[in-house]
Amino acid sequence: MLLRHTTKEVKEREGLTINPAKTCQPIGAMYAALGIHGCLPHSHGSQGCCSYHRSTLTRHYKEPVMAATSSFTEGASVFGGQANLLSAIETIFTVYDPEVIAVHSTCLSETIGDDLQQITKKASDDGKIPEGKYVIYASTPSFVGSHITGYANMVTGMTEQFAVSTGEKKDQVNVIAGWMEPSDMREIKSLASRLGVKIVLFPDTSDVLDAPQTGKHEFYPKGGITIDELKSAGDSKCSLAVGCISAEPAAIALEKKCKVPFETVDMPIGLSATDRFIMALSKAGSVKVPDEITAERGRLVDVMADMEQYFYGKKVALFGDPDQLIPLTEFLLDLGMIPAHIVSGTPGLRFEKRMKEILERAPGANFRNGPQADMFLMHQWIKNEPVDLLIGNTYGKYIARDEDIPFVRFGFPILDRIGHSYFPNVGYSGSLRLVEKILGVLMDRQDRTSLEEKFELVM
Amino acid sequence: MDTQKISLLEGREKQVYEKTAGGVEVDIACDKTSLSGSVSQRACVFCGSRVVLYPVADAIHIVHGPIGCAAYTWDIRGAVSSGPELHRLSFSTDLQEMDVIYGGEKKLYKSLIELIDQYQPNAAFIYSTCIIGLIGDDIDAVCKKVAKEKGIPVLPVHSEGFKGTKKDGYKAACMALMKLIGQGSTEGISKYSINILGEFNLAGEAWIIREYYEKMGIEVVATMTGDGRIDDIRRSHGASLNVVQCSGSMTTLAKEMEEKYGIPYIRVSYFGFEDMSKSLYDVAQHFPDKPELMEKAKEIVRDEIRKYYPEMQKFKAALTGKKAAIYVGGAFKTFSLIKALRTIGMSVVLAGSQTGNKQDYKNLKEMCDEGTVIVDDSNPVELSKFVLEKEADLLIGGVKERPIAFKLGVGFCDHNHERKIPLAGFIGMYYFAKEVYESVMSPVWQFAPRKGGAK
Repeated sequence: MLLRHTTKEVKEREGLTINPAKTCQPIGAMYAALGIHGCLPHSHGSQGCCSYHRSTLTRHYKEPVMAATSSFTEGASVFGGQANLLSAIETIFTVYDPEVIAVHSTCLSETIGDDLQQITKKASDDGKIPEGKYVIYASTPSFVGSHITGYANMVTGMTEQFAVSTGEKKDQVNVIAGWMEPSDMREIKSLASRLGVKIVLFPDTSDVLDAPQTGKHEFYPKGGITIDELKSAGDSKCSLAVGCISAEPAAIALEKKCKVPFETVDMPIGLSATDRFIMALSKAGSVKVPDEITAERGRLVDVMADMEQYFYGKKVALFGDPDQLIPLTEFLLDLGMIPAHIVSGTPGLRFEKRMKEILERAPGANFRNGPQADMFLMHQWIKNEPVDLLIGNTYGKYIARDEDIPFVRFGFPILDRIGHSYFPNVGYSGSLRLVEKILGVLMDRQDRTSLEEKFELVM
Repeated sequence: MDTQKISLLEGREKQVYEKTAGGVEVDIACDKTSLSGSVSQRACVFCGSRVVLYPVADAIHIVHGPIGCAAYTWDIRGAVSSGPELHRLSFSTDLQEMDVIYGGEKKLYKSLIELIDQYQPNAAFIYSTCIIGLIGDDIDAVCKKVAKEKGIPVLPVHSEGFKGTKKDGYKAACMALMKLIGQGSTEGISKYSINILGEFNLAGEAWIIREYYEKMGIEVVATMTGDGRIDDIRRSHGASLNVVQCSGSMTTLAKEMEEKYGIPYIRVSYFGFEDMSKSLYDVAQHFPDKPELMEKAKEIVRDEIRKYYPEMQKFKAALTGKKAAIYVGGAFKTFSLIKALRTIGMSVVLAGSQTGNKQDYKNLKEMCDEGTVIVDDSNPVELSKFVLEKEADLLIGGVKERPIAFKLGVGFCDHNHERKIPLAGFIGMYYFAKEVYESVMSPVWQFAPRKGGAK
């Protein structure tokens, strides 16, 4: 029992985080930046940060992840990192030749007071940024927020720093993606195209972090939103921010800068959230929902009905990131399940408020986010009130094993299974996949543990 | 960007060398921090300390700083324990903005008290991350205070990420270990005793090595740090000899112990038949007054090689003439891998390390065949370029190199933290050959456009 030290009694902790349910801002910024075509993310900090983020993303995607680092030294920490960043920009354009460098800060560079806006301006003034190339930035100190807010900051950065309003509106809708997988982004593009709405989706990591085997190491894979498309976001007729925590800040910035109105929707995970997403998108594009999509919805409802007895009343513990937990919790309720314990390391009142609204349908559910909302607390809650199912990233596997709970991997990071890059969790078909996965672990469990006389052929 | 047309990163000419007949002699410039703006495969000081101390299983390891450093090093190393599993949990002070402004000492103190009460560890290691130095937390004072209150060693590890390279992190870890060493009783330790240094028990490797030595009649006092225990470390100054593997990380400790306790050390490697045998013989030779040790060592070598040799021939037959590229952490490992690959008929076309020193690279040059490229602190562009140019069939590296190899249509062997099977010892050489064979000969490559798209 790896977690044999976990005690049942929950005591308030003052400082300590045990087995976190989040990680730091910069990795989110790096992930977001990879969704721009021809972009090299740049970590303005020590070498380790960049190395850790690349390793974690590599473990999650099984793909090469390219990013550069300012390689801070003691000198930089005394005199500031400006010189490092300036020479890094020069080196990167000379050697790696990206279209854009997306710089994010770290705890170190923020604490010594480096100002990314000022340094990138100096790089531009000094002629270190070649014609037609760009350097964008986002402030992502590790001691604020989580990987999710870091993602939001970089998406805001790319929106604010690229989008321009030419005064001529384009017949297109911005879809600002909250933190989701390349497969989810691909599904959203497919849904929009089937609806007949022209969208500009950003960031877009499909065809970047799910690249095919070609015999070559493509330093800049073919996917990603292009700079021209990002610029054109300022002329779109409206924006849909998919996720109130990780996407909305960018939509607000775009409204402020280019007067593009926006609507925030939940990530389309599950039936209700997908309904709202499809409605919002069809409204934004002034199109009717085609029969094909209605039929897809019907198939999801059909399966939910067919299998309703296997879901009803089952208790679930789930953990992960806000924009995914909000619709997932709602979906579990729609399935007749009982969300019992929910943690997320990502802080924020908005998130808390949304969850409380949804959890009105689940009286007695434990929910906590922010400091000390970690996997240790989750485990303690489970010890006090056992559950039938655990949903979350790979780090849930310790609890699942110790407490013998069926486990569905969902979220970031997933270090021990594949599939998340290729099969979406969003849309009706993504939700159907989720249903299949949940059913799979619940039924496997029943088959494995049922008494011989109760062992069922037909389920 | 077409990696095949890439020239070397400016400023890196001195970290790359191609061995050619009558070629210019270049002193590889190592010990250099990576160039700003490079896509380096290297990590930081903290990473160095964390990987070295991580396997100590009955201590708590608390990362003092913002959450990331603790999150990314949570159970990432398959360093196996035969008992406690405290090392596999992730503890962090999760510093927030207010802590950065007002200091994190109080939070650290409270965290330590909470943790020690909860887990009852035998010691605690406190790692300071980048910003700790900047905000001026006196972690030494906090550690001292907690040690006094709780009656266990509470050891600061000064591992601020930017204060040097990964090698400096190794040193900081060694310094923390030095504080433990000498605190325990050495009563009852045999004259024929060793410490195993620089063996981290990935996939149970330290157990294999330990068993060989114990079979010879040698007492193993402590392994540092694989399957490590605080009490063993505290009495490790009672051993007669330090046997150091992974030269990069533990030579500092061996030197310190030599100076302070007069314990001599030898450098060994457990990879490959040749080096594994030598590491047993060298220990036996250290105790000339007990010739049985050498007899026993020879017996073990004979028996073990006899066990695996026939199977190995099968791999060798298939792999002869295939080419390998090596890019691993320590240079000493590179030497062993070159020899091990030769055993199975493979040649090495690229040899590199993240942390080798001048002498290491000199030795490498002597060892390598002509045409071999030698690199220090490489990057993905360079690696891809050389793998393609030199038509390698296999890349040996770590987590960040694996997908690059597979994208290029080249086999891969993880010789880093993520190895799942033991590669040390005689049995490890067998597993290594098997893994290389399986990856190089995998049927998947028939579907993959190999070597830069040219079939």
